[in-house]
Amino acid sequence: MQELGKAESSTTRITRQNDNVVVIEKDLDTEHMLLSMGPQHPSTHGVLRLECMTDGEVVVQAEPYLGYLHRCFEKYAEKVDYPGIVPYTDRMDYLAGMNNEFAFCLAVEKLLEIEIPRRVEFIRVMVAELNRIASHLVAIGTYAIDLGAFTPFLFCFRDREHILSLLEWASGARMLYNYIWIGGLAYDVPADFRKRMAEFVTYFKPKARELYRLLTENEIFVQRTKGIGIMPADVAINFGWSGPMLRGSGVDWDLRRNDPYSVYPELEFKVPLPDGKFSEVGDCLSRHLVRALEMEESLKIIEQCLDRMPEEQGFDSRAAIPKRIRPRAGEVYGRAENPRGELGFYIVSDGKSTKPLRCKARSSCFVNLSAMKELSKGQLIPDLVAIIGSIDIVLGEVDR
Amino acid sequence: MPAALQQSRAAYDVIKERFGDAVSAFDANETMPFFEVADAGKWVEIALFMRDDPRLKFNYMACLSGMDYPEQNMLGIVCNLESLGVLGHRVAVKVRCSRDGGSIPSVACVWHTANWHEREAYDMFGMVFTGHPDLRRILCPEDWTGFPLRKDYQVQETYHGIKVPY
Repeated sequence: MQELGKAESSTTRITRQNDNVVVIEKDLDTEHMLLSMGPQHPSTHGVLRLECMTDGEVVVQAEPYLGYLHRCFEKYAEKVDYPGIVPYTDRMDYLAGMNNEFAFCLAVEKLLEIEIPRRVEFIRVMVAELNRIASHLVAIGTYAIDLGAFTPFLFCFRDREHILSLLEWASGARMLYNYIWIGGLAYDVPADFRKRMAEFVTYFKPKARELYRLLTENEIFVQRTKGIGIMPADVAINFGWSGPMLRGSGVDWDLRRNDPYSVYPELEFKVPLPDGKFSEVGDCLSRHLVRALEMEESLKIIEQCLDRMPEEQGFDSRAAIPKRIRPRAGEVYGRAENPRGELGFYIVSDGKSTKPLRCKARSSCFVNLSAMKELSKGQLIPDLVAIIGSIDIVLGEVDR
Repeated sequence: MPAALQQSRAAYDVIKERFGDAVSAFDANETMPFFEVADAGKWVEIALFMRDDPRLKFNYMACLSGMDYPEQNMLGIVCNLESLGVLGHRVAVKVRCSRDGGSIPSVACVWHTANWHEREAYDMFGMVFTGHPDLRRILCPEDWTGFPLRKDYQVQETYHGIKVPY
């Protein structure tokens, strides 16, 4: 073989083989292409931008850019008094407002050291679990849409509407409730609430099963999610994952059971985990399965709360609220199991002011999303959409 | 003393035995027991020890919060650590640095989750995390001036010709 020369550019070689066959070899350009996904892409569930370095259809690396929804929650929290922060927490994870309020109030109540009436505790748990179902319905519905299935979305939103009207009946708002207050509740539940809740549980039980079957027995859905975005358990813990994401990786961890708060120790419920028969532990399908099964567990919790909630004539849900909320000097890290994982509040009080010295929100989606760079390596672009959907981010909480 | 606090205390004793004066006394409050790293230069070593020692196994960093202490002219971080699913104990660790040009060693190599938490703390408070793989602002735009969560923060007048304070 004899090299005759180089032409055009250095990547083209002209060589002669066997006397008279001239071979012109050209190296194809293999530069990586930068693909910017979002901030207005429907599959990013809000305003998240992913800067993907792609090699053909394969993602070499995806770097998330966030902050488009940053509203300075922590700065505002230092400017308003404790009860004034509660409405702000609603606006973080706007799909699970009750859970956010619950987590925040738990943290402040730890510093205040006040006794909460049992009826209030049961109502809190009930509305929080109801909100968890609503949140998982959105997660599952939009996940199905991301993967091209439209019907489950309509099913999910139909049932979510029932929950929202129940919560609206109790609190007066559909999504941003300001219902759980430090030391109590804004209002007691309406007179017939228990009956209507029981009706909802009876209605939703078969629907939850139906939804489970609709997606998880769908061949296309399984093919799109099984074995995609696998996260091993130890890496998931190291990344600080929590909630359904961590349980999807097979770690048996649920704050409602492992670091119990409120009346959860009295309630019986299972913590669903992927068994590895149907999905590969740690993949997108496992995370979806955990959410779908968790809804049924939440229904069980609500049923038990309905049975055990003490009925009191003329109950004042604001009776235990201190006149002036001024916690003792100290610091606390309070947390609760949100639909998206561990929502924690680190609060520092100086003991003199009615405003916190520092209020840091540990957002579950923010932490879960931080593993995106690792998860996306070597995935196809359509699988990237499946992975983001399975993380179930709410950008309001990621950016705060 | 409640059981959880006793566990934290026992974990602290193991760290104190190994590092001596590099860690401060244990603050045994019930809401958040913590200790402080007096010698910030040893923070990565302490973190690795806390993660890997079979008696400690702090495999999970729940939260890392930046802090501003204007009276002492200090900045700091507060890390809430936990042994998730192994030993079950929890403890918080505080590390401080000077307010002007201070730096804290990064533990992103110990717990992956610290990567974004430290970026957030840098974004909001302005302490530098030495050895961090990718220390950029995360929530604010990259060309933002000032560190918003410092107590003496003054918001900039304009940003790219847009009036900022309203």
